[in-house]
Amino acid sequence: MHPLRKRRLLLVVFLVVVASAAVGLVLYALKENISFFYTPSAVANGEAPHGPIIRVGGMVVANSVERNPKALDVSFKVSDGANAVLITYAGILPDMFAENEAAVAVGRLREDGVLVADEVLAKHDEKYTPPEVADAMSKAYEAQQKQKAASGKLELEKSISEKTESAIQP
Amino acid sequence: MWRWFHRLGSPRWFYQTSGRWLPWLAVLTLALLVIGTLWGLAFAPEDARQGNSFRIIYIHVPVSFLALAGYYVMAVAGAVNLIWRIKLADMVMTAAAPLGAALTFLALFTGAIWGKPTWGTYWVWDARITSMLVLLFLYLGVVVLRNSFSGRDTAGKACAILALVGTVNIPIIYKSVDWWFTLHQPATIKLSGAPSMHPDMFKPLLVMILAYYCFYALVLILNTRTEILHRERRTAWVNDLAVSELAVTELTSNEQ
Repeated sequence: MHPLRKRRLLLVVFLVVVASAAVGLVLYALKENISFFYTPSAVANGEAPHGPIIRVGGMVVANSVERNPKALDVSFKVSDGANAVLITYAGILPDMFAENEAAVAVGRLREDGVLVADEVLAKHDEKYTPPEVADAMSKAYEAQQKQKAASGKLELEKSISEKTESAIQP
Repeated sequence: MWRWFHRLGSPRWFYQTSGRWLPWLAVLTLALLVIGTLWGLAFAPEDARQGNSFRIIYIHVPVSFLALAGYYVMAVAGAVNLIWRIKLADMVMTAAAPLGAALTFLALFTGAIWGKPTWGTYWVWDARITSMLVLLFLYLGVVVLRNSFSGRDTAGKACAILALVGTVNIPIIYKSVDWWFTLHQPATIKLSGAPSMHPDMFKPLLVMILAYYCFYALVLILNTRTEILHRERRTAWVNDLAVSELAVTELTSNEQ
């Protein structure tokens, strides 16, 4: 390659590498602040500030959604598996909001660790399934659970009968 | 190989060769777009949770792919111009900037339309969406920077440097959903492993992605041809072309 072109090529490579390194360092320094929301564990560890508006996200815990029948008030828990945060909200929830689905609440943390939300956003996952397939999958899952429960019951009965037999036998 | 490289660098050769390929590419693009759109909008099953609103994926995802890939096209063309001083590369770069800006805008716009019914908001400042907005500004920056110079060579160099520095943003956009907690969901189509999407929904999406790649190539070539004619308007071959075009139109109007 012509030496002049070689020098220009090196300059281009240098430019891209230096720019990447600079941006990489900035992002690394801002690591904590780029995430869109705090996890319930971060809230439990006291990493989330009390006072300013923050976002807390996680899975909506099953059977945790409680509505006030006379108003728009609603409360629910979001969890990341290890910890859960109670969220209160007065407003209309997005259509995609559901139990066992992810949601992000925007609001202020109260001293008792409850997040008073001004806005609730549903977070959608990356999976797409047609309704029939989703139905079939949930049915299969239920059947599997039932089977598990049934076999568990069987085993339990078996162990009880064995025990009783051994008890009866001298 | 180098002879081929240098011939490719000739705007005239590019204009004539691309002219032969254009009709085929146009037909292929149109066919793929029609098949993909009909398949995606009418025949693919609806999503169990989102219903029909998920169908915007058939525009949103291909457009976003090309917004990212198009940036590399622009940056590599800029680098080739910077290193080898090939005029055609600068023309390709000029052609790629507004096209990329349009695609990025479409990605943000379709995302906002989808975001309202799904997330409950048109816009959030999460890492994916913000880095995509930065991409839009980078594209627009290249367009504006080029127009702010009177000298073409200086403009080309400055734009190439801006485009090359901006390439840092592309992996950030791509990985933002994995590196940070974002409202935007992680990628459905993965480089390794099966897509987390039912095949009946995924096949039309593949057709649409292919269609948009063809669409991008088509529009990029058309834009580049316009740029070639504009920059070479004082050369003999463009004048000959104009004269022969005029003769053809006169001939047809005389016949009528």
